[in-house]
Amino acid sequence: MLRYILWRILVMIPTLLLISMLVFTIIELPPGDYFESYIEELRAIGEKADLQEIEELRARYGYDKPIPIRYLNWVGGMLVGDFGYSFEYRLPVSEVVGDRLWLTVLVSFVTIALTWIIAFPIGVYSATRQYSWGDYGLTLFGLIGIAVPNFIFALILMYFANIWFGTTIGHLMDQKYLNQPMSWDKFWSILEHLWIPVIIIGTAGTASMVRRLRANLLDELQKQYVMTARAKGLHPMKVLTKYPLRMSLNFFISDIGSILPSIISGAEITAVVLSLETTGPMLIKALQSQDMYLAGSFLMFLAFLTVIGVLVSDIALALFDPRIRLKGGATK
Amino acid sequence: MKPMLPQSGQPLDHYVSTAPFDPYATEAAAGSSAYTEASQLRLMWWRFKRHRLALISGILLLVAYLSIIIVEFLAPYNLHTRNIDSIYSPPQSVHLFHEGEFVGPFVYKQRMQLDMTTLKRVYTDTNIVQPLRFFCKGDAYRFWGLFEADRHLVCPAENGDFFLLGTDRLGRDVLSRILYGARISLTIGLLGITTSFILGIVIGGLAGYRGGVFDLIVQRIIEVLQSIPSIPLWLALAAIMPLTWSPLVIYLGITFILGLLDWTGLARAVRSKLFSLREEDYVLAAQLIGASKTRIIGRHLVPGFMSHLIASATLAIPGMILGETTLSFLGLGLRAPITSWGVLLTEARTVNVIALYPWLLFPVIPVIVVILAFNFLGDGLRDAADPYK
Repeated sequence: MLRYILWRILVMIPTLLLISMLVFTIIELPPGDYFESYIEELRAIGEKADLQEIEELRARYGYDKPIPIRYLNWVGGMLVGDFGYSFEYRLPVSEVVGDRLWLTVLVSFVTIALTWIIAFPIGVYSATRQYSWGDYGLTLFGLIGIAVPNFIFALILMYFANIWFGTTIGHLMDQKYLNQPMSWDKFWSILEHLWIPVIIIGTAGTASMVRRLRANLLDELQKQYVMTARAKGLHPMKVLTKYPLRMSLNFFISDIGSILPSIISGAEITAVVLSLETTGPMLIKALQSQDMYLAGSFLMFLAFLTVIGVLVSDIALALFDPRIRLKGGATK
Repeated sequence: MKPMLPQSGQPLDHYVSTAPFDPYATEAAAGSSAYTEASQLRLMWWRFKRHRLALISGILLLVAYLSIIIVEFLAPYNLHTRNIDSIYSPPQSVHLFHEGEFVGPFVYKQRMQLDMTTLKRVYTDTNIVQPLRFFCKGDAYRFWGLFEADRHLVCPAENGDFFLLGTDRLGRDVLSRILYGARISLTIGLLGITTSFILGIVIGGLAGYRGGVFDLIVQRIIEVLQSIPSIPLWLALAAIMPLTWSPLVIYLGITFILGLLDWTGLARAVRSKLFSLREEDYVLAAQLIGASKTRIIGRHLVPGFMSHLIASATLAIPGMILGETTLSFLGLGLRAPITSWGVLLTEARTVNVIALYPWLLFPVIPVIVVILAFNFLGDGLRDAADPYK
């Protein structure tokens, strides 16, 4: 087991290296750089850019050097905890991300918790009563959640929240509480706004989770040990919970890999439409304006979390499921 | 006739049958029914039919895909026809009776007034009856760019209007635009899934069957691609497509991008299936009998999981259609004059539209219907994929 973990950690190094190259390429691929678009923007509103300052910034961040050197600088900086400088916000990247991170974690955490609470009973119900009207109805309802494009759903919900409850449009709190210390009013305001993104992001997640739980549980319920258990007269509830349910939950564990980064990044598109103060819109804006260090370091951070998440879920799977732990290698 | 039994203690004679060998003879004797003799495909079909929703969805999608062939004929107006007198006209309802008298399907002529305080166009029904015409002459078009034609399934009365789903900011008929948009939106999923299918099967197949270093490298690449959120990847790939490209090339580029980011899941599925299937006894038997590698893969391994692959590919198409709407929403997808449902929905991206012109949200309905249909079809296919279960 220890060997396995060590091997997995060793393999992470080339993976992360590859990811860093890919991320760097993603950011370098579009023509031009941040300074060019910045000068253009200033010119468009009729102001003159301080060319000297820009040249200074360019030199400081090595934009006059060839691409491989810049890549090495960036990776080297990240290794010692320097994530670079956001040109757009004129702040170090860690500070730009820091404020938004907590709100994102809040939104994502509530969403995921709610998703699990709703998806779990529905999935079990659908699987145990396959092809019943309840199964069809719940599946249809969930699928609609997947089928409606998130941004349209967000717009519609936002509109009706405004008409029915007078919630201000968009954002995670009333604008007057922005950058204010935490208070009861601010907390209440956040709660008032929080349910809209939670519902929007949650519906799609709930629906896909119900489907997977249903499919896995159905597979498990068809196995012979279930019939044996039934035949010897076990209580139906016990037949369900003792093994099939446990086995069908393996995918919860293997999901950790994708859940970790999504807690941090949140659902980008929904967040853009609702103009939430989360990290998603920041990432998209940074990518569009080619704010190299902000976008690159944040992407790298997300990818790192995914790799860690996959590692954790693989180890957890091996711990919980002896079939995976004891499986021999291929014989032929 | 029974062979004579030997004396006790004597060895048994080697029994030799002189009758010609017919491998199916015993099965026929065991009593045959339609079920025991049905081919795998037929069994799948029977199983598939049990999933009613999947069957209905399949028919619906078939109709949708057939209809995109004759969009020009089905749509009452052309894609870019502007009706300058009816900008932001709300949907007109079709009536059958006028003052208690049956006239057949018709619409009332609309009168537009500009509300001078809100600057909003207000449309009111007048009392003038405009009967609809069927199989009529309307906007001229080039059918598939091949020959001139002007027949439409339904058109407005002479000098009249017929906007079943309203018009947009340029006075273009929303219904016609949705019908034309189907051509792009429905094919983008198919082309995208084809790209991802080919990549997934070839790469996953090689990794699964050869194993070793190649497998290790492919595993790492898949891990890398899966650990980067998809939206930044889309953004970057879409942003490198030069603005000077023609809309058609951009359309192909977008389908390629959608496929390029989707193959990893399929490749993983193929790989793990191959890993487990190649340990099966029948593969060993094929190897012992002297079958070549290509025959083992093509004849014994691929059919074993093909049905599952097709099912999971069907389930991946909705993701591509939604992906296109998302890309278009971010302004990185298709651009006018190419019209897809995603492009149509970008017109409805502000809260104002929902408050003032909610009919611009109509394109969301075909999106939902098609995605639901693909999901049900995929579910049905998956259930039918293994009919022996």
